[in-house]
Parts: sequence; C-alpha cells; structure tokens
Amino acid sequence: MSDQLISQASSASDASADADGDTLVRVENLVKHFPVRGGGLISRTVGQVQAVDGISLTIKRGQTLGLVGETGCGKSTLARCIAGLIPITSGKVIFDGRDITNLSRRAMQPVRREIQMIFQDPYGALNPRRRVGSIIGEPFAIHGTATGAERKREVQELMERVGLNPEHFNRFPAEFSGGQRQRIGVARALALRPKLIICDEPVSALDVSIQAQVLNLLSDLQRDFGLSYLFIAHDLEVVRHVSDAVTVMYLGKVAESGPGDQVYEHTRHPYSAALLSAAPAADPDAAAARQRIILTGDVPSPINPPSGCRFHPRCPKAQELCGTTEPALESKAGDPSTHLTACHFPVEAGENLAAAGRKDQQ
Amino acid sequence: MSITEVQFQATSIEDAPAVAIQGRSQWQLTWRRLRNDKVAIASIVVILLMIAFALAAPLIAAAVGHPVDQAYTLKGENSFGNPVGPGTNGFLLGTDYIGRDLLVRIAYGARISLFVGIVTTALATIAGVTLGLVAGYFGGVVDAVLARVFDAALAFPFIVLALALASVFHPSLAIVIGVITFFSWAGISRIVRGQTLSLKEKEYIEAARSLGAGPWRIMFLDILPNVLGPVLVLATLYIPTAVVFEATLSFLGIGIPEPAPSWGNILGEAQSFYAVAWWYVVFPAAALLITTLAFNLLGDGVRDAMDPRTERLFAGVKSERSKKNKRKIGKGIGPDLAQAVLVGEPNVDQSGSATGEEG
Repeated sequence: MSDQLISQASSASDASADADGDTLVRVENLVKHFPVRGGGLISRTVGQVQAVDGISLTIKRGQTLGLVGETGCGKSTLARCIAGLIPITSGKVIFDGRDITNLSRRAMQPVRREIQMIFQDPYGALNPRRRVGSIIGEPFAIHGTATGAERKREVQELMERVGLNPEHFNRFPAEFSGGQRQRIGVARALALRPKLIICDEPVSALDVSIQAQVLNLLSDLQRDFGLSYLFIAHDLEVVRHVSDAVTVMYLGKVAESGPGDQVYEHTRHPYSAALLSAAPAADPDAAAARQRIILTGDVPSPINPPSGCRFHPRCPKAQELCGTTEPALESKAGDPSTHLTACHFPVEAGENLAAAGRKDQQ
Repeated sequence: MSITEVQFQATSIEDAPAVAIQGRSQWQLTWRRLRNDKVAIASIVVILLMIAFALAAPLIAAAVGHPVDQAYTLKGENSFGNPVGPGTNGFLLGTDYIGRDLLVRIAYGARISLFVGIVTTALATIAGVTLGLVAGYFGGVVDAVLARVFDAALAFPFIVLALALASVFHPSLAIVIGVITFFSWAGISRIVRGQTLSLKEKEYIEAARSLGAGPWRIMFLDILPNVLGPVLVLATLYIPTAVVFEATLSFLGIGIPEPAPSWGNILGEAQSFYAVAWWYVVFPAAALLITTLAFNLLGDGVRDAMDPRTERLFAGVKSERSKKNKRKIGKGIGPDLAQAVLVGEPNVDQSGSATGEEG
C-alpha cells in the first residue's frame, strides 16, 4: 500500500514537472564522461574526457530546439545520450513523462520508435550494400510493424512523402545525390512516426541550395506530423531559421539558452556573441559594418577543462572571479525568465566586445 | 512554347520510368567485370570440368570396366610385378602398384580432394566470419580473448597435431576435415575482425542501433554484406590451400586412409615407383596442379573484379598480371589497396606448403 502511494507520488511529481503537457523531453543535469585509458600492460583510467558536464534542457512538443557550439563541445555526445545510444554517466533523461535513462536494450525498444536520428553525413549514414527499399524498410522489419507487400507500400509512400521517386526503391545509395540521400535518411527516421527527431548536423554536408530544400522538407514534416526536433548545427543562420529555442554549448556546458530571438538579438554570453559575430552575413554592407570578435587560443582540452567559467581563458571580458567561481545558468537582469546565461559579466546592450578583445591583445 | 521547353518536356517524358528501376548490386557489377576476364573464365571452366570428372567417377569406372578397388594382378602388372603404362591392356592412364586402374583412382581421388577443399573452406568461412564479427563488434574482453585464440590457432604446428590425432584415432576423412578447418578459420577471422572494427564506427551502424536493431542483426545484415567481398576472395584462395593440405596429410599417411584413393595418398604410394612408372607420379600430380592453379587464378580474377580501382588502373597493362607488380603498385597507392595485398596472403602459405611437399 505504502509502496503504491510512493510510486504514485513519484509519478505525480514527474507529471507535475511536465504539468503544462507540452514538454516532450526534459534533460536534467546530464553528465557524460569518457574514461581515458593509460598505456602499459594493465590499462587503467588516467583521466576523463568531460564531453558533457551537467546539461539541462527541455524540448517542447512540436517545437525545435537548436543546439549550437564549436566542434568538440559535446553537441553530438549529448544527442547520442538522449537517443540512448551511449550510456549516461549521471543525470536523467525524461521522455514523454518516462524516465529513459540507461534503459536496457529491450526496455528501450518501444522508446526507439519515438526517438529517431538524422545523421550528418548522407554518405556514411546509409549502408552502401543495401537497396534503398531495404534501408527505409529496416525500421518496419526491426519492429515487425509491416511485412511483405504492406512494407513495400509503406516504403514507397515514405519515399514519395520526402520527395523521392518511389520507383527508385531498388537502387543503391551510391546512385543518389547527397540531397537525395539525406531524404532517404529522413524517410527512414520518419518510418515509425516518431515524436522526436534528433538532427545531428543534417545539412552541414550539403550544398547550400540543397540545404534549403532539406530544411523546408523538415519543417513541412514538422507541421504535418507534429514532430519535435533537436537540431544540432554550427551554421547559426540555419539554426535561427528553424529553431524556436536555442541552446549554446561550450566545452560540455550550456553557455546561454533561450528563445531564438532573445539569444540572437539580445545576446548575453560573450561566447555566443563571438560565435554570432563570426557567422558570415549575406549582405556585404552588413558584413563590412560588423566587427568580428576574434577569440584567442584554441578550445581547451575537455580532459582538463579550465577552472571556474570554462570560457574564461579566451573571454575578452574575463576577470579574476571568472577563473575561480563557476557562473550559474540563470536569467540575467532585464531578460525574460526563459533566457538563461551562465556568465558573471554578461554583455550589455551596445557593448563593443571586439574593441575589448583587441585592447586585450595589445 | 519555346523550343527548349519542348525539348525539356520530351526528355522528361523519356526519363519517366515505366517500370521499377533496378540498381545494379555489387555482385552484378563484379560478375560483369569477371565475365570479361579470360583467365578467370578459363579457370571456372577448368574447375567445372574437374567437378564433372569427380562426379562422373562411377561412370568412368563402369565405362572402362575397372572398379576402383579392383587389383588386376595379371593384366595390370608387368612381368616384374611393376605397374603397366598408359594405354596398356585397356588402362588409359596405366595402373598403380597392385594393378588398379589409375584413371579410375584419380577420378575417385578428385571427389575426395574437391569435397575436402570445398567443405573445409565452407566450415572455416562460417566459423571464421562468425568469430571475426563477434570479436570485432563486441570488442573489449571478448575481442581480447578471441584475438589470442586466432593467434594461437595460426601459430599451431599443424603437422604435429595431425600426427598426434592420427596416432590416437585412426586416420579418417573426419579428422582430415577437422584439422584443415581448424587451421583455416583463424585467417578469415582476422580479416573479418579488422574490417568489422572499422565498419562498426560507421554512421549507418549507429543508425541501425538507433532504430533498435540488435547486435546479431547488425553483424549479419549490416556488417557482413560489407565484408563479404574480401571473404569471398579469401575463400576462393583457401580451397586450393585445403586441397594441397589434404594431399600433404594423405601423402604422409595421416590423411585419407587406404584403400580410398586421394591424390595425396596416390602420390605417396608412387614415391617408390617413380623410376619405373612415370605416369604414376605425373597424372595425380597434374590433377592436383591443374586444380589448385585454376582456383588460384580464379581467386586473383575475383579480387580484381571486386575492386574496380585496380582494374581501371591496370586497364592498359592487363597482361602484367604478376603478383609482384601488383604488390608494388598496391603499396604506392595507399591503404585502399592494402586489402588486396592482405588478401594475397594465402598464396604465400600455398606456395610455402607446396614447396614443403616437394622436399
């Protein structure tokens, strides 16, 4: 009896956290460390790559969360943790009200139908030895949802839906262009009618004109099927175009997160500001008028991240406090409560970071 | 409507497929290339003839009227009790030391040789591929243990084991097949393991995992088709190795027991008669040589057909099929062709054991 009460209470607390009903994914303080093994006869752990170090985020139903950051900041690791492809060191992933943290493969099976991935490399993500029909039909085969003629019909419908010629189901991936291959990947991800699709840099390997087509396809599908996306990219303009909310990552931590307009127009974190200033602008006048914030040095190693704020060795605004105390991710004065920044000295409106950086270098 | 528009419409209608478009699979493309390789086709013909010869052994025995184990002490031996030569007394290829028909015995020997060659290669391939996939895919402790087992199997002195087994049990076909399989699978495992190690990092494997595919499904449906090419080449080259291996064991008297004929034990018997009966050595040796050569040349052809890059590179110098040349160029080109070089290994083993047999 008491057990029942407790379980009810705990499920009630889970439900109350997602009480508004439009939270699909809640990631709480997710940590993923990869052990670094030393040489010698007996391998022992000599360090930890702190790929993801305490990330919390939420993805709303039917919305897109954009995840940006430099190469190696842990974006893809985070995506794989959420998709359940790699075990999580600590923290929690709650999907649709269920805790799916480190489930066994068998227990994960029903969740797999609801979380799908689209990969960066359209050449590497499709098995070169299998025909397209078999690749797109694979989800049906694994989950036993459609067989024989029905599967073929479903596959052809999917191909048509993503803009491929359904007559091509007998072809091999090598016979398609990059954009068409990415469409095959989208069709495969769509097959089981998932709720969440994790797009791990889905357009960065594509031609710019093709990028737009694939992005439009993704947004059409979002509208038609009520999909949620976790959209990982390092093209800031692409992320801005597709995302409702944006999270900026730096070295395994969240630097800034909030609604897209807030993060782009009222940037508070110096790192986000530097990233934005580096994005190419299509308008030559705007490009000439803009002042780039040039960061010095390389991204520090995630094996031995800097103390305090992880960005402080490269930050144009860094002060002594930044090296000793880690800033909390919180809403800064004047920002809406959804706009969170992890910085002791957030960028104020009209502040010229580029000048500060240059002065610092001299 | 402008002319270009009309033309555009015309082509688009032409392009519209009336029936499902069938892509060409890797195997179809390989077969197309193999079909143009005269040496490989000739090898296939020779192998098919050899198989027909083996299958027709009872028919040959019936046609010449000499059962395989029938010793013709009167017409099959000359006045000194030695074998009679080809064409004498109706023995087309002569007789052996107790007057049995050599043609019939070589035909029955072909059955044993080809059976052992194909069965052991099939068993070794199945075992080798499975263990290689398991070691490569699961990694960690499983891989560490299996990799040491591969090394141990490759380092084992096979003649010693075969001698020991033959002295404990009586020599038999089962032991021959067991011993040859035991010494063949590890080479295939190594290749498959290495390939699996690199393939399992591919994004399509991750895609399969994210769809919920289990490890066995991934190993056999996603990884296996990608390693099958090199494995097929390797298996084609293992058949002649196994044929020679069987002949070696039978030659030493620890293989196929008498009175069943095998090319190896015929050659073993022939040792003391080569001075008076050349046919006794030449015909079984020729059968062995032709068979192994055909399989080796076919293996080379399959390897070239599998890797279109080698073919294109050698399009102008097709006559230069020498292995040395291929290796040299393989090194110059880089890791892509390392595969071809790697797969060439059994040839070295092959010539090694062949020389061993001569000595």
